[in-house]
Amino acid sequence: MVHRRYKEKGIETVFFVTAAITVLALLFICLFLFRDGYLLFETSSFIDFITGDAWYPTSTPARFGLLPLLFGSLLVTAGAIFISVPLGVAAAIYISELSSPRVSDFLKPFIEILAGIPSVVYGFFGLVVLVPLIKELLGLPTGQTALAGSIMLSMMALPTIISISEDAISAVPLSLKEGSLALGGTQWQTIYKVVLPAALSGISAAVILGIGRAIGETMTVLMVTGNTAVIPGFPEGILDPVRTMTATIALEMGEVPQGSEHYHALFAVGSVLFITTFIINLIADKIKKKYKLKEGL
Amino acid sequence: MDAKTTEKFAFLTLKASILLVVSFVAILLAYIIIQGYEVLSIDFLTSMPKNRMTEGGIYPALMGTAYLVGLSIAIAVPLGVFSAIYLNEYATPTKSTWVIEMAINNLAGTPSVVFGLFGLALFVKFFDFGPSLLAASLTLALLILPVVIRASKEALITVPLEYREASLALGVTKWKTTRHIVLPAAVPGIVTGIILSIGRVAGETAPILFTGAAYFLPRLPDSVFSQFMALPYHLFVMATSGTNIAQTRPIQYGTALVLLMLVLAVNCLAIVIRKHYRNKLKR
Repeated sequence: MVHRRYKEKGIETVFFVTAAITVLALLFICLFLFRDGYLLFETSSFIDFITGDAWYPTSTPARFGLLPLLFGSLLVTAGAIFISVPLGVAAAIYISELSSPRVSDFLKPFIEILAGIPSVVYGFFGLVVLVPLIKELLGLPTGQTALAGSIMLSMMALPTIISISEDAISAVPLSLKEGSLALGGTQWQTIYKVVLPAALSGISAAVILGIGRAIGETMTVLMVTGNTAVIPGFPEGILDPVRTMTATIALEMGEVPQGSEHYHALFAVGSVLFITTFIINLIADKIKKKYKLKEGL
Repeated sequence: MDAKTTEKFAFLTLKASILLVVSFVAILLAYIIIQGYEVLSIDFLTSMPKNRMTEGGIYPALMGTAYLVGLSIAIAVPLGVFSAIYLNEYATPTKSTWVIEMAINNLAGTPSVVFGLFGLALFVKFFDFGPSLLAASLTLALLILPVVIRASKEALITVPLEYREASLALGVTKWKTTRHIVLPAAVPGIVTGIILSIGRVAGETAPILFTGAAYFLPRLPDSVFSQFMALPYHLFVMATSGTNIAQTRPIQYGTALVLLMLVLAVNCLAIVIRKHYRNKLKR
């Protein structure tokens, strides 16, 4: 009996230790990212990094200003959200309130497939189809613009936005809807004035997670946004090439000598990115917990 | 406008939105399938790149992706399933499980390029594996860990409580109940999660950029410490760098098609398994 109890305890400990690895991984990511990022501030000042308006990693002296990259990321993300939120919420309303079960049985896997397409394929499609199209239609010197990135990212953020919004809309109690319909409201009035307001918190979690998806996406923006590190105008900069934080890391890390100032600067950018998405996830998590929503795609 | 006309107009807008989404995906798929189809052949899949990658096939990239998938799945699945068992079968909801769940959610939301940086700092440099299959697989294993844990947890939750109670009431230990009663019932759901993460590993580029992917290798990796070629990275470098981007377009379309088909097949398989399993549960 005693032997058996020890065995059981031992097995539980093994499971606990594996589960703890996830926490350990997160801690290690913080540790290694922040440590290598922090080393930048031994040679250049933190204020120069955070408020610097120039990213010239190869000039002498090199300048590592975060702002062009940060604003690049924000502009592309804002554009993506501007497109994908109306589209995604409309699609979610359609799927949960209007479509027949047969149609939604087709649409749901379709959206999952949308989520499964690799980002490099999106980037490739954007590069060979969307970029020339934007150049032609808008008469720009180059089609590799923030707009191209925003459009591609909006498609990539859609599955997240649609699946969580749909969950939030389906969670609205039937009695609320019936009340509105019984008072003579049309179906649309019910959706617009009763269902949507009731689902708003859940939808906000969807939007926040969509922002997280868009800001962290790498390959697609790297391939379609032109990668010019200047502070973009807002909103007219949407038609200019921009450089995001993610693209900068992907583009430059392969070429820098390990341990150099530039190397640490890229880790510092990575740390900013990590902290940003960490906060975004924490907020979305709080909202999802509160309204008992699923994880989403 | 009266209420009925407004409603008509609103519903039309909703339909137009969903149509826009569907047609975008349809155009993307159709375009890559049509352009890539002409290039696709057995020879394309089984021959080495030739002539400085301007001709020939994608064999090493295809095999590299296969190795990568195999190794990262082998690392992530035991870790993920064990974690899910702990969270669902053993742990009581306390501060510590809250910390673990929070870590899972944040790991799931961490950008893939950050995983790449982490893999570079920890596996390539600190553990001194160098840019290698092992470093890249470990990085990708961490990336898919949340996917595996969530899917396994979801599968374990759906196993009815009565199963456990019946077994425990017969005097069977907790571990044996989990091992022989709960796990077998959860297998389809766990498998679905694993299949989905295969698609994820096959498609990711950013995490392998600095942890081991090579521009060109004339042979397959011979150990876990060698560098490797991979489909998504191959597509990326062919489409963005090099001097013959226009000339090698057909190879790019072919690579994109193979990658897309691979990932879509895996996703469809997961959807089918889940659907089959759900229908079975309903009966």
